Amino acid sequence: MLTFIIRRLLTAIPTLVLISLIIFLLLDLAPGDPLADQPLSIPPEVRQKMRDALGLDSPAYIRYLLWAKQFFWVEPLYFIDWLVGTNFADGMQRIVSWQFRAPVFDIIVQRVPQTLWVVGLAYLVGVMIALPIGIISAYKQYSWFDQVGTFVSMIGFSVPPFFSGVLMIVFFAIMLPWFPSIYDTTLVVNDFESLGQQIRQMTLPVMVLALQTTAQLSRFMRASMLDNLNHDYVRTARAKGMTEKVVVLVHVLRNSLIPVVTVIALGIPSIFGGAIITEQIFKVNGLGQLLITAIYANDLPMVQTLAFIFAVLIVACNLIADMLYGLLDPRIRYD
Amino acid sequence: MPDTAMPILDVKGLETVFRTRGGDVHAVNSVDFHLRPGELLGVVGESGSGKSVTMMSLLRLLPSPPAEMRNGTVMFDGQDLLKISPEELRQVRGSRIGFIFQDPMTSLNPVYTVGFQLAEPLRAHLGMSKAEARARSVELLRLVGIPDPEQRLKDYPHQFSGGMRQRVMIAIALACDPKVLIADEPTTALDVTIQAQIIELVKDLRQKLGMAIIWITHDLGVIAGIADRVMVMYAGQVVEEGPVNEIFRDPQHPYTQALLKTVPAVRGPRAEKLQVIEGQPPIMHEAPDACSFRNRCKFAFDRCAEENPALAPVHMPGHRAACFLLDKASTKEPEAVHG
Ligand SMILES: Nc1ncnc2c1ncn2[C@@H]1O[C@H](COP(=O)(O)OP(=O)(O)OP(=O)(O)O)[C@@H](O)[C@H]1O
Ligand code: SF4
Ligand SMILES: [Mg+2]
Repeated sequence: MLTFIIRRLLTAIPTLVLISLIIFLLLDLAPGDPLADQPLSIPPEVRQKMRDALGLDSPAYIRYLLWAKQFFWVEPLYFIDWLVGTNFADGMQRIVSWQFRAPVFDIIVQRVPQTLWVVGLAYLVGVMIALPIGIISAYKQYSWFDQVGTFVSMIGFSVPPFFSGVLMIVFFAIMLPWFPSIYDTTLVVNDFESLGQQIRQMTLPVMVLALQTTAQLSRFMRASMLDNLNHDYVRTARAKGMTEKVVVLVHVLRNSLIPVVTVIALGIPSIFGGAIITEQIFKVNGLGQLLITAIYANDLPMVQTLAFIFAVLIVACNLIADMLYGLLDPRIRYD
Repeated sequence: MPDTAMPILDVKGLETVFRTRGGDVHAVNSVDFHLRPGELLGVVGESGSGKSVTMMSLLRLLPSPPAEMRNGTVMFDGQDLLKISPEELRQVRGSRIGFIFQDPMTSLNPVYTVGFQLAEPLRAHLGMSKAEARARSVELLRLVGIPDPEQRLKDYPHQFSGGMRQRVMIAIALACDPKVLIADEPTTALDVTIQAQIIELVKDLRQKLGMAIIWITHDLGVIAGIADRVMVMYAGQVVEEGPVNEIFRDPQHPYTQALLKTVPAVRGPRAEKLQVIEGQPPIMHEAPDACSFRNRCKFAFDRCAEENPALAPVHMPGHRAACFLLDKASTKEPEAVHG
């Protein structure tokens, strides 16, 4: 198992280097001048100095190597300094957002909590709801419960969040003013009242996102359960005199979870990147929104860094999924 | 075994129907049979004759829908297994009646260790502690001839060969010392030498433990070697039943006679040549109202298409068959039976 992980990590390195290079080259192809939004009154020689300072005119490979050095070397040093109070980085140049004129990572760190609270929680809620629904739907196939589940999943599948989100706002923020329609990032939770406010403002976006996750995962869980319920070992368990609870929740569930857990793990990166639209609708200033505004503002270092972080997450979650697969299924061997 | 002993399992009028989109399938039609303590009843019949469905109906193991148990009583230990509550039934399954299935490759749960799966019935039915169940599991694996049982308890099913897995299945079925063991083609999926080993094992265990066994098989040779009594099934009905020697020496039903000609002689002179039974068993979309074998029977006559023959005693005690040729009143050419 350990050698498997090490081998997978080692093979991940060239993959990630290649991905970062491709992201860089693609962004480099995009037209646009990061200084375009500076006042026209700036004299050309000053403008040129700014260009030089940003390194805009140096060849692409120099700029790539510079970014790579900052990402893989300088930023970790700053992180260590921040963590244990050392001074390794010693004022080295960090990756700076052109748009915010501040280190990219400082801004990302500000945005992560909102994303985790809203999108991460929605994913968790979605998974927690989807699994029992899938299990019951399969066990009671074609019952009214299953029919309702099928209908709700169909809605979750076919209604995009930009529609369900707006619908939620119309119903639950305007017609019935129960929840705020805009997420207030400045809210500080320090007592019960502000906690209640935080929960209320999270409710709508979490519901919209959870609906999607639930729809997809509950179907997947149901299909996996149905597949396993017909297996011979289920009949054996019943013939041994096991209770239905044991048959379903011990024998069938463990087998059915193998593919589902993999899908859940593979879905984690989408928490960070996939909620762009929902974050926009509810004005949650999380990572998705950060990426969109950075793209609009031509903030290449920010886009490059965010895109690469998503890539790292995807590779990491793939590895986690493979490991979980092996933990759940004794037939998988890592050698 | 004295014929007079009270049966431990007494099945009457069992009827199972599958309600499928393609119409109803009457898989088991008014089946009667019994099993006495310590007896080994062989059940034979072509593929699709309803052997498995009959046995699974006894313990209500068929998924419902599509299966529907229309009629019948299954008396076991003074209870009707078809009437008792699911909880009472659960206490019979795996504890007083053990079941072995055809395919040992798929009958064990791939994600749990053999030790876990073996301990489950012990803990559920006998209320054993973990340690007690473990000790008993080791004993059981040793009983079914698995070497190094302490170690093997920790292994998963995929780490066992087919024959070893079937031994594990037997150990599970015998875990709670059942009075009845139902073995549904336990050796069909195994290769020949392993088959022989498993048959030897069951013979041996029967000697040691004394349970009654229902052994389903296609292989008449096996039946001749181990069974006390034989029951022949065709199209979801019992067409002949009797002591094993009687059936092999003097089969009464044309189907049994044909079936015996499909195997090399086990007793007596060698059959001239092996035969196949022409035609296919019917798919029963309705409960039979005529002899189901008539399309393939070379003795069929008018009455066979009008009524369904019932099981009736023939000359030897305990030997019964369902064919109008044996019915003295309508006898046409009964001597032809012994062809
Ligand atoms: N789930 C099901 N749905 C519909 N029909 C079924 C189902 N299971 C079995 N049958 C039908 O019941 C009949 C009897 O099947 P059964 O499995 O008992 O035969 P068998 O004698 O055990 O055959 P084999 O020797 O191949 O195991 C067959 O005609 C089959 O088509
Ligand atoms: S009842 Fe008629 S068709 Fe059926 S087995 Fe006897 S002779 Fe053949
Ligand atoms: Mg069968």
